[in-house]
Amino acid sequence: MSTARDEILRRIAAAHTAAPPPPLAYADIERGYLTGGEATGEALAEVLVDRLRDYKALVRRVERTQLPAAVAAALTARGVARLVVPDGLPPAWLAETTVDVLRDGEGHRLGVDDLDGADGVLTGCAVAMAETGTLVLDASPDQGRRALTLVPDYHLCVVLPESVCDDVPAGLARLDVTRPLTWVSGPSATSDIELERVEGVHGPRTLEVIVVHDTQD
Amino acid sequence: MSPTTGPVLLGMPGRPTTSPRGVGNLRGEETFPQAARHALADAQLRRNLGHATATIRAKRAAVVAERPDWEELREAGRQLKVHTMAHLPDYLVQLEAAVTARGGVVHWARDATEANQIVTALVQATGAAEVVKVKSMATAEIGLNEALEAAGIAAYETDLAELIVQLGHDKPSHILVPAIHRNRAEIRQIFLSEMGDVDPALTDDPAVLAGAARLHLRRKFLSAKVAISGANFGVAETGTLAVVESEGNGRMCLTLPETLITVMGIEKVVPRAQDLEVFLQLLPRSSTGERMNPYTSMWTGVTPGDGPQAFHLVLLDNGRTAVLSDAHGRDALNCIRCSACLNVCPVYERAGGHAYGSVYPGPIGAILSPQLTGIEDNASLPYASTLCGACYDACPVKIDIPTILVHLRAEHTEAHAREHKVPSPESLAMKAAAYVMGNPRRWTLALRSARLGRLLGRRRGVIGPVPVPVAQQWTGTRDIPQPPQQSFRDWWAGEHRPVAAARPSGEPGPAPRTEPDRRGQDRGAGS
Ligand code: SF4
Repeated sequence: MSTARDEILRRIAAAHTAAPPPPLAYADIERGYLTGGEATGEALAEVLVDRLRDYKALVRRVERTQLPAAVAAALTARGVARLVVPDGLPPAWLAETTVDVLRDGEGHRLGVDDLDGADGVLTGCAVAMAETGTLVLDASPDQGRRALTLVPDYHLCVVLPESVCDDVPAGLARLDVTRPLTWVSGPSATSDIELERVEGVHGPRTLEVIVVHDTQD
Repeated sequence: MSPTTGPVLLGMPGRPTTSPRGVGNLRGEETFPQAARHALADAQLRRNLGHATATIRAKRAAVVAERPDWEELREAGRQLKVHTMAHLPDYLVQLEAAVTARGGVVHWARDATEANQIVTALVQATGAAEVVKVKSMATAEIGLNEALEAAGIAAYETDLAELIVQLGHDKPSHILVPAIHRNRAEIRQIFLSEMGDVDPALTDDPAVLAGAARLHLRRKFLSAKVAISGANFGVAETGTLAVVESEGNGRMCLTLPETLITVMGIEKVVPRAQDLEVFLQLLPRSSTGERMNPYTSMWTGVTPGDGPQAFHLVLLDNGRTAVLSDAHGRDALNCIRCSACLNVCPVYERAGGHAYGSVYPGPIGAILSPQLTGIEDNASLPYASTLCGACYDACPVKIDIPTILVHLRAEHTEAHAREHKVPSPESLAMKAAAYVMGNPRRWTLALRSARLGRLLGRRRGVIGPVPVPVAQQWTGTRDIPQPPQQSFRDWWAGEHRPVAAARPSGEPGPAPRTEPDRRGQDRGAGS
């Protein structure tokens, strides 16, 4: 008996016999598009901030030494009382805040109701693509599993200078796609009503990003 | 065993296997001209469509203009697709192996019926009586919701537009924004009468309507055991699946339930992870007119402790291999479902998505649906176009839709001639047209010298003269646009310069409703 798998593969082969496809090897595919520009450091961070603001994300720019104070200030401004954090978050980031911290990690998973009851979540990110204003979470220790950044209504994300890169090709090259990836470009949004963009549907309705820079000479 | 060595393969293959009749949503109840007549009589619908498509055209143009390498990206996208289709068995087998190695289970479905059976059985095995769904063209195509319902399983659409369609007992009319035919006031009415849990003081502010949808679906997401999704891309090299979305309903479905079932057309496979750098730049700019869509999720099999712990991938044929067997039509499989071709199409803008009778409306639907079902089941669709070429220019993977339309018209007239054993001058005209359109230089010359309308049509200068009842209905539909009186490029330049209120030439009637401008950019809209 022929399985569906065999039959579909056989149909494809028959189609190729009936209408031979043009030969085009993978290596011969023309990739004339841009990959990574010349901009670095501050210039890239500026593009990133511009794009994030365009998506209606809130943005704070601070020097690395000011990060703990910026975290505390953002949480206070938002009125966060219960904050979800992944186990691997650098403890220094929380040094100046007094909010209740709900930790999630191996052996002590928060339930969805805990996440739903929290006021926000704080994470880092794996890569930030300046040109599209995209933050990629890859479930590293400072980001945690995917549900953490999904259920709470407020996501505070720290972007360190070393994670900022130029564009999609440059960012993708740094990622391991077999990790669970979430690419975030602004807060959740919809264009389903008259194609007018509205921020805030099922994912976090507020995205706040702290873009960190090192002290310039 | 190599599946490519069966003796039946040699010589002339039999008739390609198309999507089965009686299941799924690829066929309408009426021909395009009949269905279009209802739409053309509906002034509200035409205003809604005109407003929405003008908005999205302007957004797309702005973000495309930002990329100096847009043409290079399009060409890379096109070549990637051409290469993949030529090596489809290898990539599908590689994808299967990679997904399996990471703890997923791969199923193959010859057609809609088989896919529905597989998914239904998988849901039943979990004991769940309901599922949450992410918007997916493939599952709409196969009529999965109807099949699940017949098995006593409730399927909840979670995309805002799909929710509007589902609550309104309606059909989708656009690939990206299935409820594009509804305006905010109509959506408010649907929510008030169908949601059950909605505040009666609900306004028609889109943000308020989105908030109502959030509340309505929250519990469903947090308690769902099974989710069903489609996939925008499946990476053969790594087994990684990708879903591109905006609202976060996709993330909810892909992350929270215990079991995830993904239905993916076989043409969605891409060779390597690096190839996503091309498609993830082309798709958002072409579809919602954004630099990047708010959320893209990627997952590879099962990740312990993160997301669904059971993952099933259903690879769907349902007529795709039939499309592949047509050298002139197979590029329709290269589509990444961005919907740019719908938004620029003057016929779509007036007739709306429902007139196409299939889940795939607009220019892509006009070339894809007839090939998936066999031309006889969607014979009028290849005529649902003025051949103006706007779709080709907009398409991020450079699918030459006008040429495929002409090819399908020729195929249809030939089939008709064969059946009726009469000579068919029309098939000759179509062949001539296909020849002219098969080469950019000949095509441009034809546009300049004769205009294609004169090249093809003899009666009343109408494009698409067909020797079948379709033709009489088509030409009898007064409102369907005449062929462009000027070349598309001239027309486009004349009509689309201002941001607002673009209308195909010759269109009388009220201007699309424009919102009070919030960004102070309404120059040119005061006429
Ligand atoms: S045919 Fe091209 S423009 Fe139309 S939906 Fe597909 S990819 Fe987009």
